[in-house]
Amino acid sequence: MGDFVFDTAHLLAGSLVLVSFMMLYQDRLYALLNMFALHALVLALSVAWQAYVQDAPHLYVTAIIALVFKAIVIPVALHRIIHRLGIHREIETAVGVGLTMLAGIGLVALSMAVMLQVTPEADPLAREDLAFALSVLLLGLLMMVSRRNAVSQVVGFMSLENGLVLAATGARGMPLVVEISVTFSILIAFIVIGIFLFRIRERFDTVDVGALDDFRGDQR
Amino acid sequence: MNLLPFNAVAAVLMIPVSAAGLLALLPGYRLTARLNVIASALTMLAALSLFVTERPQPGSYFFIDDLNIVFIVLNTFVGFTTSVFSASYIAHELDTGRLTTTNIRFYHAMYQIMMFGMNLAFVSNNIGLMWVAVELATLTTVLMVGIYRTHEALEAAWKYFILGSVGIAFALFGTILVYMVAQPVVGEGLDAMVWTLLVAQAAKFDPALLNVAFVFLLLGYGTKVGLAPLHAWLPDAHAEGPTPISAVLSGLLLNVALYAVLRFKILLAASPEAIAPGPLMMTMGLVSLIFAAFMLYRRRDIKRLFAYSSIEHMGIIVFAFGLGGPLANFAGLLHMVMHSLTKSAIFYAVGHIAQIKGTQKIAEIRGLTETHPGLGWALIIGVVAIVGVPPFGIFMSEFLIVSSTFARQPLLAIPLVFGLLVAFGALMLRLTGIAFGEPTGSRAPAEASYLPMYAHLALVLGAGIYLPPVLVAWFQHIATLLG
Repeated sequence: MGDFVFDTAHLLAGSLVLVSFMMLYQDRLYALLNMFALHALVLALSVAWQAYVQDAPHLYVTAIIALVFKAIVIPVALHRIIHRLGIHREIETAVGVGLTMLAGIGLVALSMAVMLQVTPEADPLAREDLAFALSVLLLGLLMMVSRRNAVSQVVGFMSLENGLVLAATGARGMPLVVEISVTFSILIAFIVIGIFLFRIRERFDTVDVGALDDFRGDQR
Repeated sequence: MNLLPFNAVAAVLMIPVSAAGLLALLPGYRLTARLNVIASALTMLAALSLFVTERPQPGSYFFIDDLNIVFIVLNTFVGFTTSVFSASYIAHELDTGRLTTTNIRFYHAMYQIMMFGMNLAFVSNNIGLMWVAVELATLTTVLMVGIYRTHEALEAAWKYFILGSVGIAFALFGTILVYMVAQPVVGEGLDAMVWTLLVAQAAKFDPALLNVAFVFLLLGYGTKVGLAPLHAWLPDAHAEGPTPISAVLSGLLLNVALYAVLRFKILLAASPEAIAPGPLMMTMGLVSLIFAAFMLYRRRDIKRLFAYSSIEHMGIIVFAFGLGGPLANFAGLLHMVMHSLTKSAIFYAVGHIAQIKGTQKIAEIRGLTETHPGLGWALIIGVVAIVGVPPFGIFMSEFLIVSSTFARQPLLAIPLVFGLLVAFGALMLRLTGIAFGEPTGSRAPAEASYLPMYAHLALVLGAGIYLPPVLVAWFQHIATLLG
């Protein structure tokens, strides 16, 4: 039974990393949103499994938030926003897909190397969950810097946050997990409303941080 | 149990919350601006009473010690003076139609919620709660940066939001890791997030995982401190928001994030096998200092100029704390207090100047000492103080930092002094143009509130000439706590 518990948790966390990779190469916004919904669904399953394994009923709340809010409400809302703003046809010219994927592989390797190295004594389930969670987090970050469009940056942020929820639920008995996931949901709702109200289409014109702080203001 | 308890901690938290509720409901800016000042003053008094009232036992959520008292008092003091400045600033914005009365209601409510978030971060004994509080304070400032609803303001708010979110995420991941380190030793549940319990048992923690946790915490909270290379949000947020917010961003919010870094530094220092956090902090501090010093030369916007100066000074402070030891920690604390006071005074002056001249471009602001001597001289004194000219307090703290660097890491003193000199040159160069020369722009008399800025500058001057022995003893005591 122990093996089964372990393998299932492992499978779900691993799938989350896989879906993160799938999000990296979506160049259409609608497809990206569908992938994100899948990401949230896998997260909900993973959290629910942890709730069952750890016998921690409050984690079911987090799972339900992930399912209802992130897998359904947010994708639908963003879908409508994209439609209203008329950017659904936009194909993003981000950093090349091949390069992004390579960078993604590098980041996953990095997080495995770091996390597995430093946690030899921890409980193996938590340990590998943590490595996967860091991978998801870094992949989300990669997506945020390699995209120009505000909507896909938000999607990147949300997938990054899914990684955090995975890490938090993997830490046995961590307090405040539900509160934190609620806080994050409110934060995301704010961002989404912000995009809609202020019609922020594009943010960073470049991923070069040096150019970032110069392209505004000082050259006005 | 005391039947009539005056709980200073509760007062420091509840006054801003109730004021925020009240300010959101009340119309009329004259009344609300005054109420904002009164609420901030009351919070400051409550904070001062922390010195005299008996300290509560460290609980699962709150505690008071010698370190956070200094931060709380500084925070509420600058919060109070900024509310005085804000009252006259906002009146002008209302007259020129840049803000509506609804905006101002929102602004005042947010101001108090921000004060609440910052105070909560200081008094929290729980690393999870501290994280939530820092985020709350950040979120309110994001909303205020975007308050003008111009394209630039929204962009600045958006950039702040996105980069801030990355910081949020890293800090949370680090917090989760600290919990995972503590859980086998302290036990499951809330106890493994209580800072005092963590420090008490830190020696038994797994050092490797603790190291990784600290790196994430330093990156995460370091984003909020404005350390390079994660500083990109800072100049925009300072330049596009209302000036009172620039003043509290520079003077206070950066300190909140710094405080979080310091707390985790103490935790790491309590674990003998973990890496020394010093070299990491010194590197980030030096990089920020030198980077910001060079960036100062290329600024054309006056608020952006001083925003980069804030990055520079946060770099110096983080460097000092990274260097560690009683002297450098003392100097770092002193520098932090002096920087908060001076930089907010500069922003008060800059806020009025930009309003009168109707521009933030440095090239269009000339000859201030002739047209507006009160503001012009305040700016001159402020800039002279911030670049570290004696007899101001910043000279003393910088002198202490440099001399202890020479004593302990002579090689690092070279880039440190170099950075300081580069920044000195840049700010003096800009200052001569702004303060002297052929006057440009409006000569209309200023309806400025001079009291907050001159009070701050007087304090900085006073600290440079004579530091009361009580204060010195107190800071020395904290410096040993910081390790």
